[in-house]
This record gives sequence, C-alpha cells and structure tokens, in this order.
Amino acid sequence: MTVPASANVRQTLLSVENLSIEFGQGPSRKRVVDDLSFHIQPGETLCIAGESGSGKSLSALAIMGLLPKMARLPSGAILYDNQDLLSQSEREMQAIRGQRIGMIFQEPMTSLNPIMRIGDQMMETLKRHRIATGEAAWQRIRAMLDAVKIPKVSERLRQYPHELSGGLRQRVMIAMAMLCSPRILIADEPTTALDVTIQAQILELIRELQQEYDTGVLMITHDMGVVAEMADDVVVMNRGLVEETAPIRTLFSSPAADYTRKLLAAVPRLGTAPPLEERPEKPAVLEVEALNVRYPMRKKSLFEPATEVHAVNDVNFELYEGETLGLVGESGCGKSTTGRALMSMLNFEGSIKVRGRDIRGLKGSALKAVRQDIQMVFQDPFAALNPRKTIAELVGEPLLIHGRGSAEERTAQVAELLGKVGLPEADVMTRYPHQFSGGQRQRICIARSLALNPQIIVADEPVSALDVSVQSQVLDLMEDLQRQYNLSYLFISHDMAVVERLCHRVAVMFGGRIVEIGTRDQVLHNPQHPYTKRLLSAVPIPALDSKRDFRSLLADSQAPDPIRPKGQAIAPSQYDEVARGHWVAIEA
Amino acid sequence: MSGFDLIKRLFRHKSVAFSLIVILVVVAAALMASWIAPYDPNKQFYDGLTMEGAPLPPNSRFLLGTDLLGRDLLSRLIYGAQTSLIIGIAANGIAILIGTLVGVTAGFVRGWVGNLLMRLTDLMMAFPALLLAIALAAILEPSLWIVALVIAMVNWVQVARVIYSETIAIASREFIAVERTLGASTLRILFSHLLPHLLPTIMVWATLGISTTVLLEATLSFLGVGVQPPTPSWGNIIFESQTYFTSAFWLVLFPGVLIVLLSLSFNLVGDALRDELDPSLKGRD
Repeated sequence: MTVPASANVRQTLLSVENLSIEFGQGPSRKRVVDDLSFHIQPGETLCIAGESGSGKSLSALAIMGLLPKMARLPSGAILYDNQDLLSQSEREMQAIRGQRIGMIFQEPMTSLNPIMRIGDQMMETLKRHRIATGEAAWQRIRAMLDAVKIPKVSERLRQYPHELSGGLRQRVMIAMAMLCSPRILIADEPTTALDVTIQAQILELIRELQQEYDTGVLMITHDMGVVAEMADDVVVMNRGLVEETAPIRTLFSSPAADYTRKLLAAVPRLGTAPPLEERPEKPAVLEVEALNVRYPMRKKSLFEPATEVHAVNDVNFELYEGETLGLVGESGCGKSTTGRALMSMLNFEGSIKVRGRDIRGLKGSALKAVRQDIQMVFQDPFAALNPRKTIAELVGEPLLIHGRGSAEERTAQVAELLGKVGLPEADVMTRYPHQFSGGQRQRICIARSLALNPQIIVADEPVSALDVSVQSQVLDLMEDLQRQYNLSYLFISHDMAVVERLCHRVAVMFGGRIVEIGTRDQVLHNPQHPYTKRLLSAVPIPALDSKRDFRSLLADSQAPDPIRPKGQAIAPSQYDEVARGHWVAIEA
Repeated sequence: MSGFDLIKRLFRHKSVAFSLIVILVVVAAALMASWIAPYDPNKQFYDGLTMEGAPLPPNSRFLLGTDLLGRDLLSRLIYGAQTSLIIGIAANGIAILIGTLVGVTAGFVRGWVGNLLMRLTDLMMAFPALLLAIALAAILEPSLWIVALVIAMVNWVQVARVIYSETIAIASREFIAVERTLGASTLRILFSHLLPHLLPTIMVWATLGISTTVLLEATLSFLGVGVQPPTPSWGNIIFESQTYFTSAFWLVLFPGVLIVLLSLSFNLVGDALRDELDPSLKGRD
C-alpha cells in the first residue's frame, strides 16, 4: 500500500512540531524526548520505531494529553486540524480523545475494564461522545465488531474481557478505538503481547480499517518487521533523540543514521541465516519419550465428571551433544511446559533421560545430582534473580548448594564465570540485580546456569524480553559458549527468526504435540505441516517489499481443546518421515 | 553492611534519630528505674493529696503531680516503663514468632497442612480477642509473663494471615522456581530466599504491634486480669484515672503521650529499617 501522489497535496491531519518532553527540575532535569517533528496525512501510516527508553510511547501520550503530571513540555506544538492540542483544556481534550483520536494500547487486558461487559464498554464510548443512543448505537457496535471480524458478535457483547482470548481482546480494543470513526488512530505496540499469527491478523485489520475510513495511523513499535509491514513513513528514535525521519523505502534501502543501520543489522531476519555446517553424528544427551503432562482441573460442580488439561501430549525427541534444538510454537502450545518437565519442576508421564539416566520420580540427592547436568535460563532475567542478593551470591549459589570448593575458590570461580559472559569488571560481584540492564541481567543468569558445568541448558525464551540490539549480543554469547564448552541447548522460542539464527534442528509444537521436527533448513525452508506453513507465513520480515497479504490468516484456526475427561488415553501421533530426519505429523 | 554503618545511616534522618533517642531513653529509664525514680512508686504520700483528697497537679516536689492515692506519677511512669516494654517486646515478639511460623508453613507447604493451619487461624480470629484474653488470664494465674503470653496468643493471628498471603505471593515468583532447578533444599529456599522478603512486613508488624500490645495490656489491667496493682504500667495508670480526666488531666495526658511517643518511635524506626534493608529502594546506590 503506497501513498498515491495526490496524497501529498492533501491536508495534513496531525502535525507534531519540535516537541520536547522533560522530567524533573534543576540539575536532575532529564530530557526524554528532544525536538520531535512529524506529519500524518489521511490514510497514511507513520511508525515511530525505537528500543525501550527511546521516548516513543511518551510522544504518543503527549498527543493524547495523557502525560504524567511531572512531565513538562519546554517547547513544541501538536497541531490537529489547525488547533494546538497542547493549549486545550482537559475538558476540550476529553472531547477529542476517542472521538477524533483513538488509541490502542499494548496490553488489551489491562486497558479494558474487567468488570464491564464488552457491549456496555463500547456503549459508554458512544454515549460519552453523544454519537448515538439506543438501537442505533447497538447497530453501530455490532457493525464495528463485524468489521474487526469477531465471530458470534451477539454472544461477545454480553461477555467480560477475561472470557476472550488475547487476540479477540485486541480486536475489541480496535473496534472500540474505531467506534467514533476517529481520523487518527494511535497504536502503541498493538501486537507485542500477541502471537505471530494473531499479530498478522491484527495488522491486517488495521490496514483494512484504515483504507475503509481513510484514517491516519500513528504506530509505535520496536519491531522492524512490523515497521516494514505497515509504515509509509518512519521516525527512528533513540534515547529521546530523533535519529532519522524517512519514507519507508529510503529507510530500508539507504538508512542515513548510524543508529538505524545498527538497528537494522541487529534484527534477525527469517531466511537470512548462513547455511549450517555439516555436523558429524554425536551421541544423544537428552532423550524424551512419550512425554505427557496433565493438570487436574477444579470441578465446577460435584456431579461433573473430572477433567484435566492435557498440556503436553506424547512428545518425543532427542537432543544431541553440542547441538541446539529449537522448540517453537505459539502461547499455550506446551513448549514451556515441556521445558519445565525436563527440569523436574512438575509431574509428568513418560520418560526423560538425561545422559542415559531416567529422571522420572527422582528425589533428594539423586535429583540434585541430575541438576548438575541440566540447567535452565528463564525468559525474564529480572524475575529470575532474587533482588535482595548480590551478584556474587547469586552466581555462586549453585556452587554453594552443591558444596563445590571453599569460599575463596567459589569467589574465584564466580569471577571466572562472570568473565565468560562478558562482565569482567570487579565491582559487578558486589552489586544488586536492579543495577544492571536487561541484557546484563540475562548474562548473569547465563553465568549462574553455567556454574555447575552442565551439558544441557534449557533456555525458555531467553531473549524475548530484550531489545533487538541486546538480543543479538546475548545470542552471540550463547553461540560462543556452546562452541567452547560443547553445550547442548533446548531453545524454546516463539520467534522464528531467532530460532533460525541459533538452532541446528527445529521442532514445531501445536496443541501440546510436536507436529513437525527436522533440521533447521528442512523445517523452516521446506515446511510440510499446514501449521508450520501458517506460522512461517505470519512472521513479518524487516525488509523492503515484503508486505504480505495476511488475509488468508484472518480465518481463525483453533488449537484442539486441551481440556479432556480425566484419564482419557489419546492415540499417539503418527509421523511420516518425508526426508531423512524430517518427521511430519499425519493429521487424521 | 555492618551494624555500625546501619545505625549511622539511620541517624541521618532527623525523625528517625529522634525516635531512636526516645526508645533509648525509655529503655534506659526502665533499666535504671531504681536509681532514677525520685520516690518509691508505691509510696502514698500524706502530702500527696489536697485537703479534699484530690491529686496534686505537677509542682516542684512532685514533678508530674500525684495520682488518686497520692503516689508520685513520675516514679510510677518510670517503673511502668519496665512493664510496658516487657509486654510490648516480649508479647509482640512471641506473637510474631508464632504468626510467622504458622504463616510461612501454611503458605509454603500448602496442601492439607496449610489448610489445617489456616482454618485454625480463622477459628482464632472468630473469637472475640478480649474475651479470649480474659478467659486465658482467668485460668492462668495473672503475672507479668502470663499477661505477655496471653496477649501473644491473641495477636499472632493477624500476623499469620498477612505472612501467609505474602508467602504465597513470593513463593510463586520465578526466582524461587530457579532455586529449585539449582537443587536448593527447602530449608535453604525458606531461610535464604523467602524470609528476607518477608522482613519488611515482619518489621512493620513488629513496630505497629508494640502500640496495640501496650494498649491491650492496659485494657486487661483495667479489667483486673492484667498486671496486678500496685505494680504500675502505663496502661493501668490511664485506666485507673480516666474518669478524673477533666479534674486531673495530667494523670491521663502524661502516660498517654508516652504510649503514643513510644509507638510512633518504633513505627518510624521500623519504616527506616525496612528501607535501609531493601537494596532496590533508594538511598543504597
């Protein structure tokens, strides 16, 4: 979708001129947005791209007049329809918000009122802006929910937000934002909390609505793939500074700012990973056979039959020495549960052999011994580090627990471990987790997981919480460590591009089962299972002319219901070996 | 951080320094009561009452005045500090110990053990606290230490409730799961990772609890099942003389001010301690 030439002469809808935002006063004053300018025309999409702390979200809040009270605006103007929004009173802004400028937030669950039915929430918006009442209003709401392709509209109107899935909630948010046909839609990371196929659906919806209503869209995102998919013009921000403002074409073909070049280079791109080296056959360090995980469900009434959630369903795979096996899938597919079963964090059926030893039912010192061979890196490095311990205590803890060495030896080893992960400074040891950035914290977690010299590391989304530039550094580190210590990784991720970059083999999970497993190139470049194809087609690609038609994805495909009667046996999955080592589940 | 360092940090805030001084003065007065107190606290002076038998207001001989029986108020307050501090610290300490043990066990072990403990807590909560205290004190022979124990029996319940829900919240945080994957034992997780996070809550209860315990002791004394006269305590001084508040205000005002001052000081110090012990709060960087 390109802007027709005639659009250039059309009236500008929103223009932000030399906007600066500051916090604090006197010497502690901090400028968080500096001299930001851009214009949006009807039917056009402008993306503000940047990593965390770049000031992109604050800029959006400034347009809505929703900045926190401590914020000050030393300069700038925000012109909508030739009136300066900054000089409007709160009452005047209330009339503009929702009616003229709609906004969608990252987390639809927290932006919808949890104790109000969907229909009533939407009705409230219409009433407040006195757009429609009674039957006319309901018709408008239904039409809007139809437009965002929500199935069974009448039923949804009576439901509460928690009864809807994340994707449906975000559609409701969009429908609400578009209800008063605003001329500008601000979307702040609208798809960051969603799975890729859902993300593709939401992006497609925004595009369709934009065309239909000729809306100007301001999209805020950290994902260059989303930028490539949506933007006409792009503003790249970094630490409050505008690094570059350019049309999408220029930005990707000849980026002017160093920062943009670095950012684009750091983004992992599906389909650009170097070819794999031929790997000699190695022994398996981890064998998983017929793994099943079920959770009992609480009974709703005494007379109901007992049910359980079948989270992992007959999963089989091997992990070989020195390789990385990617376990990919969308939320709720059972990939994290599989990882937790490997760490004996929950009860499972089937067999998991760590270096030939079945870990099922192990307790006490036997389990403790296995833990020296298999360790885990978690998604959120801040949550995984006890905030009240120093780094020396945290990284040294596994050594202490397993009684390795004296206090001095342990300190020396901690220093060595921190050196390995690229934190060699002496004062690191005495500091606390909150004094480090996200990437540094993840390095600390990696150092801790390496303390016992394990052979296997289960990494559950280790880079998903990090900015892209930091992401690639952590991935480099993981690769280096793998080469040096011959580590085997089970890499759990939803990000196909990251998986392509790091993994030798890939297993795709859907509805608790592995639907396809094979070498990286077999699975990612020659997918056979319909779900794998669907997943890959939804990944946005940060490159020019990669805008794709997501319309085929708009039809919802549901994972099989994981709730089943207690004790019900499920027929094991049948697989077809389409090429050597490339197995695809046969669908009934 | 050494203990000395910690105290130096605490003294940096004016209000905290003042609170620490108040606590130190009260403790010192209680410890050295027999040397500081101008008179015997139980001695009834002939000239301690007016001709009509009313207590004397503060004057040069009785600095804080006299009570209804002509005893020196200042001496009674100094000796009363002993009672109030013992009750405040001992009773409250036992309550927190029991409450924390029950709360942590119930919250960490969950299952039927947890259910049993929490139902017991609910049961204790359902009893009117005062009635329970009176019943216990009536069965056991009243003495200072029994009163402390009775108050602890009544007060541990709220602590257990709060600690229980906090334990559940902390135990579900990811770093606790990480500890398990590292192979840490349950005791290690409890003492090294869980308890430090409960410390702020415990600290707040420990300091807040002192004021409520002092007051509960006063109530019990008033009902005749607390500290037995003539032993003075701040609480029973107030209760003995509360009906004379309009004609002899000093009998209620001075011990009242002392109770408020002491509880406030403990609260402020508790707050400051909590901030100093949390590395992620400001002031540490």
